[in-house]
Amino acid sequence: MYDFTYHRASGVADAIGKVNAAAEGLFLAGGHTLLPTLKLRLARPSDLIDLQDIGDLRGISVSGDGVTVKAMTTHATVAGSKEARAAIPALANLAGGIGDPHVRARGTIGGSISNNDPAADYPAAVVGLGATVKTDKREIAGDDFFTGMFETALDDGELVTEVSFPRADRAAYYKFKNPASRFAIVGVFVARTGGGVRVAVTGAGPCVFRVGEMEEALAADFSSDAIKDIQIPEDGLNSDIHAQADYRAHLVNVCARRAVDAC
Amino acid sequence: MPTVSLTVNGKAASAEVENRTLLVQLLREKLGLTGTHVGCDTSQCGACVVHIDGDAVKSCTVLALQIEGANVTTIEGLATDGELHPMQEAFRDNHALQCGFCTPGMVMAAIDLVNKNPNPDERTVRRELEGNLCRCTGYHNIVKAIIAGGQVMGG
Repeated sequence: MYDFTYHRASGVADAIGKVNAAAEGLFLAGGHTLLPTLKLRLARPSDLIDLQDIGDLRGISVSGDGVTVKAMTTHATVAGSKEARAAIPALANLAGGIGDPHVRARGTIGGSISNNDPAADYPAAVVGLGATVKTDKREIAGDDFFTGMFETALDDGELVTEVSFPRADRAAYYKFKNPASRFAIVGVFVARTGGGVRVAVTGAGPCVFRVGEMEEALAADFSSDAIKDIQIPEDGLNSDIHAQADYRAHLVNVCARRAVDAC
Repeated sequence: MPTVSLTVNGKAASAEVENRTLLVQLLREKLGLTGTHVGCDTSQCGACVVHIDGDAVKSCTVLALQIEGANVTTIEGLATDGELHPMQEAFRDNHALQCGFCTPGMVMAAIDLVNKNPNPDERTVRRELEGNLCRCTGYHNIVKAIIAGGQVMGG
């Protein structure tokens, strides 16, 4: 890991001031995507601004509309929240399946979506439920937030403060995971809401994406049989030591059917 | 270089560290607590698990400066007056180690597991142990030990 200068922020405004004052500053949340990235020297920030002291960025609130999770809330907290689990069980289940207990004790929703690792779980929930990402200066629709591998719609120095997930009539997430890291080789989040059906896929491509053909088929008939013949093309999918693109394309169909069956 | 001050195994500790120094490096290289191991260094294997303020975490994925003021427990902090912690004793009784490299992380994870799931059954232990890898594949006895240690801790 290259060296950097470490800071603590006392509040959101202080964090943004410090990151803007740095040559190349990054926010540090739970560190469970960012620190491994730094160890691999895939990023070289001049300064890290640690958000852990900002109490305003922690907590979960549940309303009739859905569940709002503040950015520094850990995966363990979301998984363990009875209120969140009652409102959107698929969201709590997804959080409880990220990494392992030790990772979930530190990793946060804000860090996960801001880093946008192609194999992260949360992007599938944000897109699959049509969530809204709130930052210090605006609201961004879940569909517009993830723009590419490790890329988001966030401007430099823009901080995610919370994510609001609408309730779903039915929703489930199924992932085929790497047995060591628990990252998604392929993960599919399926949800049926008042606004229609959504199918969001993580792990398979450089960035989370929706499968329109499956959404249409499920809108007409919400059963795994309705999508059993819908294969997505392997073009553009990830190939690595864990799985080739054609295998990932195959897994998208398998995981989507299992998610529908789990709804 | 900045100084980090914290409590380790019940005693005040402080050391000069680089901004990029990891908690596991602080423990092993600055404080001489080499019971905590570095296995994969990629947040997967769990050999480096310690407790921060009561939660089991991977010390290879935490900066030393992030835990200023925190309370850290390592494998060295478990025995009291020369007597092993019940989970350590259970690992010994059940032959729950082969090469021993994963053992400190396994024991630290096991204690957190039992604290959060008292008297766990086999299924719970296997599920909650997903963040700890044993390259000797000696899981069978590790699971037995955690169930046995859990019973002693719980009762």
